[in-house]
Amino acid sequence: MEIKICGPGCASCEKAERIVREAVAEAGVEAEVKKVTDFADMARLGVLSTPAVVIGGETKCVGRVPKKEEVLEWLK
Amino acid sequence: MAEKCACSIGRASRGKDERTSGRFILAAAAALVVWFALYRQLEPLSRLVAFDLFGLEPESRAGMAVQFFLYDTPKILMLLTLVVYAVGVVRTFFTPERTRALLAGRREAAGNVMAALLGIVTPFCSCSAVPLFIGFVTAGVPLGVTFSFLISAPMVNEIALVLLFGLVGWKVALLYLTTGLGVAVLAGWVIGRLKLERHIEEWVREMRTAAEAGEAERLTWPDRFAAAAEAVRDIVGRVWIYVVAGIAVGGAIHGYVPENFMAALMGKSAWWSVPAAVALGVPMYANAAGIVPIVQALLEKGAALGTVLAFMMSVIALSLPEMMILRKVLRPALIGVFALVVACGILLVGYLFNAVI
Repeated sequence: MEIKICGPGCASCEKAERIVREAVAEAGVEAEVKKVTDFADMARLGVLSTPAVVIGGETKCVGRVPKKEEVLEWLK
Repeated sequence: MAEKCACSIGRASRGKDERTSGRFILAAAAALVVWFALYRQLEPLSRLVAFDLFGLEPESRAGMAVQFFLYDTPKILMLLTLVVYAVGVVRTFFTPERTRALLAGRREAAGNVMAALLGIVTPFCSCSAVPLFIGFVTAGVPLGVTFSFLISAPMVNEIALVLLFGLVGWKVALLYLTTGLGVAVLAGWVIGRLKLERHIEEWVREMRTAAEAGEAERLTWPDRFAAAAEAVRDIVGRVWIYVVAGIAVGGAIHGYVPENFMAALMGKSAWWSVPAAVALGVPMYANAAGIVPIVQALLEKGAALGTVLAFMMSVIALSLPEMMILRKVLRPALIGVFALVVACGILLVGYLFNAVI
């Protein structure tokens, strides 16, 4: 599974990345967490506002930091 | 998965949702009553602490400065909490995706007005300016309309309005709201008329993204209230320190700087003060929370309203870091035009108010 976290690197984006990594560790799933900082790549993913979490090509949340429970739900 | 048994589960959870919504609304009403009761006690309380507890003279400079600080700080923080919460609920009804769908293919003029208005209510973090710009332009939102949104979103915001309302008064807050929207509409419209699309970076123009509204997350009322509470935690948690620092500086000016001190420098008679205020504002990158208490203190010491509003707009709307971020998608010529057009709009506001009031 490939998880992309879109964000240029502001505080909320880093928080989103931390939460996703924690959730991945907690769920014990095989996942590659990648940070997308390039604006062109974000636009290609169709992301308009950051932070955004894209799991396996599907945009799960945009413009907000997800909760860990939500991420655990997405990882199932 | 949920669709299969939508009837039974849907109804059961809706009943539960209604009950929790009811409880939320009751709790909100109770919180509002407590809020008002507390808010009305702030003034007498600040006097009690400053003059009776600290034993300061009400007429002394220190007494005035301390009482001002003790009254204004909790007042502004309480107002900020209330308004950020309310705006937080409203914002759950808007997303950048939905705003884009509303603006895509829209004609100019009406589109500019809509974009400026949507800029107030669409949740938007300034570090998203570039992906948002790409998303808007590639989905067929006219360039000028996109700019109206990008100008209005940071400039006309609830933090600036609350602070102006709480520290300076509702008239100035209303003036700021209307003229801020006016600058966003006008500047965006002018940029659209100038046909500058060719100054968007090549790779952006070649990119095509769909203007589909995207899957909107379905939110219940408890979700919306929770999102608003999160906004309060985030925004108030981030800006309170600037508010306190700003009010402390404002308090010091209030107590120690002589009346009319600013009249010569930033008064109406000094014609050059408006452009100077705008130029001074560009490199300053402060948020509304820190700048308004200083604005209030300047006004009180004889600075002209137009000059001060121009300064504030320039600080918030024209920032070097934002222009540097936009450089990734815009050629320098377009950034230059953007800065120039917005600066002219702000100058107009400044001169207008200095002439009228």
